[in-house]
Amino acid sequence: MDLTYGGEYERFRNEVRDFIATHRDAAPDGQGMRAEKTRAWQKMLIERGYTARTIPREYGGYGGDADILKARIIAEEFAQAQVPAGLGGQGISMLVPTLLEMGTEEQKRQFIAPTLRGETIWCQGYSEPGAGSDLASLRTRAELDGDEWVVNGQKIWTSTAQHADWIFCLVRTEPNAPKHQGISFLLFSMKTPGIEVRPLKTMTGDATFNEVFFTDVRVPKGQIVGRRGEGWLVANSILRHERSSLGDPNAMLTRLNALTELMKSETLDGRRLIDDAVYRDRLMKIQGDVMAMRLNDLRLLSAKLNNKNASLAGMIVKLKGTELRHDLESLGIDVLGEIGALYRDEHGDAPYLKDHGLYQYHYMFYLGLIIGGGTSQIQKNIISERGLGMPKEPKLNKEA
Amino acid sequence: MEFGLSQEQEFLRDTLTRFLADNAGLPRARRFADGDERRAQDLWDGLVALGVPGLVIPEAHGGVGLTTLDAATVAQTLGAAIAPVPFIGTAILVPRALIKAGSADQQAEWLPRIAAGETIVGVAVSEAASGAREGAKVTASAGRLSGKTLFVLDFEADAYLVADDRRRLYLVDANAKGLTRRDLRTIDATRRVGELVLDGVAAQLLPASEDAAVLADVLDVGRVLLAADTFGAAQNMLDQAVAYSLTREQFNRPIGSFQAVKHMCAEMAAELEPCQSLVWYAAHAVDAIPGEARVTACHAKAHVAEAGKFVAKTATEVHGGMGFTDLLGLHYWFKRIGLNRQLLGSPERLREEAARVQALIE
Repeated sequence: MDLTYGGEYERFRNEVRDFIATHRDAAPDGQGMRAEKTRAWQKMLIERGYTARTIPREYGGYGGDADILKARIIAEEFAQAQVPAGLGGQGISMLVPTLLEMGTEEQKRQFIAPTLRGETIWCQGYSEPGAGSDLASLRTRAELDGDEWVVNGQKIWTSTAQHADWIFCLVRTEPNAPKHQGISFLLFSMKTPGIEVRPLKTMTGDATFNEVFFTDVRVPKGQIVGRRGEGWLVANSILRHERSSLGDPNAMLTRLNALTELMKSETLDGRRLIDDAVYRDRLMKIQGDVMAMRLNDLRLLSAKLNNKNASLAGMIVKLKGTELRHDLESLGIDVLGEIGALYRDEHGDAPYLKDHGLYQYHYMFYLGLIIGGGTSQIQKNIISERGLGMPKEPKLNKEA
Repeated sequence: MEFGLSQEQEFLRDTLTRFLADNAGLPRARRFADGDERRAQDLWDGLVALGVPGLVIPEAHGGVGLTTLDAATVAQTLGAAIAPVPFIGTAILVPRALIKAGSADQQAEWLPRIAAGETIVGVAVSEAASGAREGAKVTASAGRLSGKTLFVLDFEADAYLVADDRRRLYLVDANAKGLTRRDLRTIDATRRVGELVLDGVAAQLLPASEDAAVLADVLDVGRVLLAADTFGAAQNMLDQAVAYSLTREQFNRPIGSFQAVKHMCAEMAAELEPCQSLVWYAAHAVDAIPGEARVTACHAKAHVAEAGKFVAKTATEVHGGMGFTDLLGLHYWFKRIGLNRQLLGSPERLREEAARVQALIE
């Protein structure tokens, strides 16, 4: 057991700390992705190698070597200082790695740099009303007409589609091939004629998702990543990436600390909530769960670093992390009693509302995440099949 | 940076696992449970040959001088194999107390004999760890102990480490005048637990245990090791459940191909997998991170007890009616997990202690 990062890394940590202390006034504070301040901050972070660290210089990145510990230190220090780290979003976190692996040289040069700079914002067109857990059964089709694909169909759960400049989209191009081999991965501008975006309001009251409709959307033939029919392969490499980022236990710690503070400061009949044995036991139980998940995360980091296998420890993160977060927020509601049922709407906060209704909001939002990005039930299939070596459910004849 | 076991620790685990596969497991546990042997001597002798009793005892006293993480690795392996041997008390907690609080003479007297496996020392700290019931209480007067203490670990012993009501620690000889011993039959037939009644029994005080931090540290270590034992046993139950589900057929297919069964197994894995990291870290913390040791030990014991309880129930259910029978013997693991849960502090009590340690309550 060696929990130290070593001298070189401690120097690097100090360097990151110094940078944050010196420049934190330049950090954006909720101005949005398009704001000049956001872009200037992103530019500075890339130049320092605090974001886009391993992406080659010729594509607009920093061009550093892959270093798991440095990446971890950067994430830790920015989170600790509560200063926004480099831009995220589906373009940067999912499309850029995909292009680096599967894109043509021309595609890399055209798309990666503006995406990193925050000038091109992407959305992801995967799920459809009839293709959720069974994503490979998607039906949005693209047919070649001369030098253009003609896209028709519908996507759903498309976050940021209302702001996005471009979409990376799974479409069926080979209707007669087996379902996994008939899909292609297309890139096209959201300004292309024939695209309609309708906001999809969720139970939280916000419209964080959209439905996107395609009617004869014409896409240049070359805007395909990988070959025709290989889209499933292209998409799968990044789906795995998305799953591992949901349920991050380190983000949970901030919420646990906030909940603990709430229970220490709020009173019921003049008594602190933390002094109630039942509520306190629930809090301590969650603290133990969060501790276990954070240590599980440390084990994953170490396994990656030392080339050890901890695949099962990785497979459970999305399932356990989202469920635990949901439980944590639920306790925040429960300790507040009737106050816990208050909420906000477009007219503002209800009287007596705590933290702008964040406990209710997250309680609902994390139910969404339990379902999204591969439902808990799909996660259990993955854990049992790939982790424990149990057989797949036999297919019904009509599927075969 | 390396979180987890070193190569040497993995080697220790693998060596012990192989030894136990040949010498412990269900047949040996069953023979111990059904027979009238007081000690599984063959198994103990094998562990002695592997150096297990001297695992954390310094080399100068005849041990191998390893860490609590090594001890947790051994506990996990013994739990998986439901090994009917003393370990946590005699091999780890007693040496820990002696090293932290014993005089040089006491260390020289006891540690080499414990390391050699010649002397087994039980541990009577239940009242300090779990609270006192049934009027249990040990008081000291002029170097003699009186009263009674329950749920003594590694009970089939030659001597005992006993905590008094002021949380000081003493060693008493099992044959000392005024000491009466009584077995307490628990659900778990793989380990001996009992009661000591003391009537003016001559005792050696461990001098530095006047500082209550010594007993607190011993309890931290004991809790981490019980968590490791439970984790090993629960992991083994999950492995058995998965293996059974692949061979047992109903409706012309292995039951392991039904999602209902797969999801039970996935839930068990999801509960258990983080427990490994928690056990490793808590074991490391008691040696190397003093500021986190207590809270981590409390959480490790409580959290793994809850996960273990869930797995014990669910793995039994995966086995269907057979899981409920004695034929399959799954209940030996179920009961080992069940006893561990009650020992050295229940989950509720430990979570309360965790809150107290963090000064969340007065």
